[in-house]
Amino acid sequence: MTLGFMRSGRLRRTTAALLASAALALTLVPAEAKTLRWARVGDALTLDPHSANEGPTSTLLHHIYETLVTRANDGSLEPGLATEWSIHPDDPSVWVFKLREGVKFHDGADFTAEDVVFSMERVRKESSDFKGLHSAVVGAEVVDNYTVHIKMSGPSPLYVQNLTNFFIMDKGWAEANGVETPQDFKAGEEKYTVRNTNGTGPYTLVSRDPEVRTVLALNPNHWAQPPQVTEIIYTPIKEAATRVAALLSGEVDFVQDVPVQDISRLEQTAGVKVTTGPENRSIFFAYDMGSDTLKSVSTGDNPFKKAEVREAFALALDRDAIMKVVMRGQSQPSGVAMPPFVNGWTEALHAYGDPDYDKAKGLLAEAGYPDGFSVDFHCPNDRYLNDEAICQAYVGMLGRIGVKANLVSQSRTIHFPAIQNREVDFYLLGWGVPTFDSAYVFDFLVHSQEDARGGWNGSRYNNPEVDAMIKSLATETDLEKRNATIAAIWDKVQADRVLLAVHNQLLAYAVKDGISLDVHPENQPKMTTVTFD
Amino acid sequence: MIAYILRRLAQSVLVMLVVALVSFSLFRYVGDPVATMMGQEASVADREALRERLGLNDPVIVQFGTFIVRAAQGNFGVSYRLQQPVLELILSRLPATLELALISGGIAFVFGVALGVYTALNRRGWLSNVIMTTSLIGVSLPTFLIGVLLIWIFAVELQWLPSFGRGETVDIGPWRTGLLTASGRASLVLPAITLGLYQMTLIMRLVRAEMLEVLRTDYIKFARARGLPNRMVNFGHALKNTLVPVITITGLQLGSIIAFAIITETVFQWPGVGALFINSVQFVDVPVMAAYLMLIALIFVLINLIVDLLYYAVDPRLRVDRAGARH
Repeated sequence: MTLGFMRSGRLRRTTAALLASAALALTLVPAEAKTLRWARVGDALTLDPHSANEGPTSTLLHHIYETLVTRANDGSLEPGLATEWSIHPDDPSVWVFKLREGVKFHDGADFTAEDVVFSMERVRKESSDFKGLHSAVVGAEVVDNYTVHIKMSGPSPLYVQNLTNFFIMDKGWAEANGVETPQDFKAGEEKYTVRNTNGTGPYTLVSRDPEVRTVLALNPNHWAQPPQVTEIIYTPIKEAATRVAALLSGEVDFVQDVPVQDISRLEQTAGVKVTTGPENRSIFFAYDMGSDTLKSVSTGDNPFKKAEVREAFALALDRDAIMKVVMRGQSQPSGVAMPPFVNGWTEALHAYGDPDYDKAKGLLAEAGYPDGFSVDFHCPNDRYLNDEAICQAYVGMLGRIGVKANLVSQSRTIHFPAIQNREVDFYLLGWGVPTFDSAYVFDFLVHSQEDARGGWNGSRYNNPEVDAMIKSLATETDLEKRNATIAAIWDKVQADRVLLAVHNQLLAYAVKDGISLDVHPENQPKMTTVTFD
Repeated sequence: MIAYILRRLAQSVLVMLVVALVSFSLFRYVGDPVATMMGQEASVADREALRERLGLNDPVIVQFGTFIVRAAQGNFGVSYRLQQPVLELILSRLPATLELALISGGIAFVFGVALGVYTALNRRGWLSNVIMTTSLIGVSLPTFLIGVLLIWIFAVELQWLPSFGRGETVDIGPWRTGLLTASGRASLVLPAITLGLYQMTLIMRLVRAEMLEVLRTDYIKFARARGLPNRMVNFGHALKNTLVPVITITGLQLGSIIAFAIITETVFQWPGVGALFINSVQFVDVPVMAAYLMLIALIFVLINLIVDLLYYAVDPRLRVDRAGARH
């Protein structure tokens, strides 16, 4: 087995252990109680660890429950409840996990392999929102108290990347409280797990008032080195102006969702510090390049089928202008629809050219549209940073080459189903890559629609050759060969202009002076990493 | 009398049913709850399965029927978003909204009447002019802006009052109140002023106009001619007669204060039913939206019913008219 991240994982673990013991020796002074008041736009939806696959929910749960592996700020994997993981030497379709010993749940129960197997069964149940990440799993089995085998339907070399939000529950507690399955809406009753928790995490739940206040306290029995924050008061504040005001008035210490337009002002405010960092999310435009005719286009055919039109659309996009004017410098323009964290990303793919409106106009004329055409342009207005403003800017740019884009700006609750139901010709979409691997992008956005794949392929891109390559990624264990295939697919996707990348989003965290917290690429900051000056 | 009450009750039930049907039909255009409920990895089959489990594949009329039957039993289902029983969610948020509405209504009434009387009695005074001009600004600024301005001045710059939330609360049985703690009362000030400002101006202008009207009437002139002291004339005679329509309007406005607390609750992160509703709309949380709209409709229907019945009891002409209409 030659999996690079495995080796680095072990190395980091040794270093961490050394550092931890050194730090323990140094910090025999009793830690003073430090409260961190944390505000962000929305609350966790539930405390059930397998019920809602949603950012804020997972972020809060990471403080109470733990996963086998965790994601560091640079995107790499770190040991969590598992100390080692590897593919079984005799069977490439089995993953072996060595578990941390001496870990206890908040109620005092021991953490063992049985709990992992139970959690694996629970997360694959019909009412779980995470089951898609574990669709290749056949079953999990206990080998001994601290070893678990997870059997896959075939070789799955990157499966461990899917486990960063797989929370481990206590089997005995779950059975005692009748919560062997996540919340099922058909049943119409509330599950015990929605409001009660029993994890192994660094904090325990003190009180929970949904959308008002959630209080967590330090778990004194946690296995890791004690963090500086001993109490967390989490308050969702929906309105951006109020959220920022709460920080300025000193009522909260940390604001997670800082609006782009407030960043520069906050940076100049005394007593407040803003940290920005790249988010693992790419924003791009896409169009239906597969159908013969389009619903909203004025010409009666499908201009996006023609390579010249797609090139013209790319030439009309002024990424730097969008970064400067719409995003006020808070974005990372890119020529490819994946952020730099993702396996397969290269400088060459990331590079992009200047807009060239004359050339774009010429290409349109060549394609048979000397006077341009009009088309509906669908855009969400409540999902990504300045999403609607990005679309408005591009409408103006398209106008310069004679294309009249009619902006249809809607809530995400209408926008996303329309893309999935193939009802839109031309749209904006953002895509995060939780597995940090290109296969995740290809599976959902590039592969033709087939079973679990291609669910978000609104481009109707259908290339059997590419499909075959994408499928091969799932089971290819030779990483060098696999990466070569990824590069080949990206070349094809870029050449065919399937996705028109705009930029990668940046995240901004605002904290009171004297507090340090780094930006997490998946916007899942851990309060255990907060330090006070 | 009994026939009238029964007819009025029947009308109220009909109004509630219509509200339920209209809101239910509207939910189809708010979006697809499944899109916000599932992670991006969910397959088409998963989505379809969830839609089936939620009963979203049933025809609207069937969904509506199920909703009405359950609602009549007090079962509004489980929130898609917060996964808790809807009725419990709404009841736990209702005290916050009612306290905010009553306090802001109270502020609006007290200050509205006081300022109204003052500006009526000192029609040409410079302070009256200042009050009247300021009130115009207050009415024309949007609630959202007023809230943000107040937060900026009193929370950020002066740091006198909290910018968000409800502060410490105390549970008295099922009622969670913020009125018994210092931080709870402090938290109430800014949202109550924001919410009450418009009503206050309305009441102030109404009182002023009515008062001016009354002061011109003959019996006030006679009272003055009798040599009664000014205070007695103004407050004993004029104000008393002014207040009848003012009280009616204030009562009716209480319903709209509760209903339109949405913006104020959002700006101040006030944990009431209005904020709950707004969050539910963005998530297409149909059970919560349906229950909230029914609640607001019920409040309006009840207020109107009570007002009508009171008029009927108070004003004998109504009874004569009805009797006459039957012939």
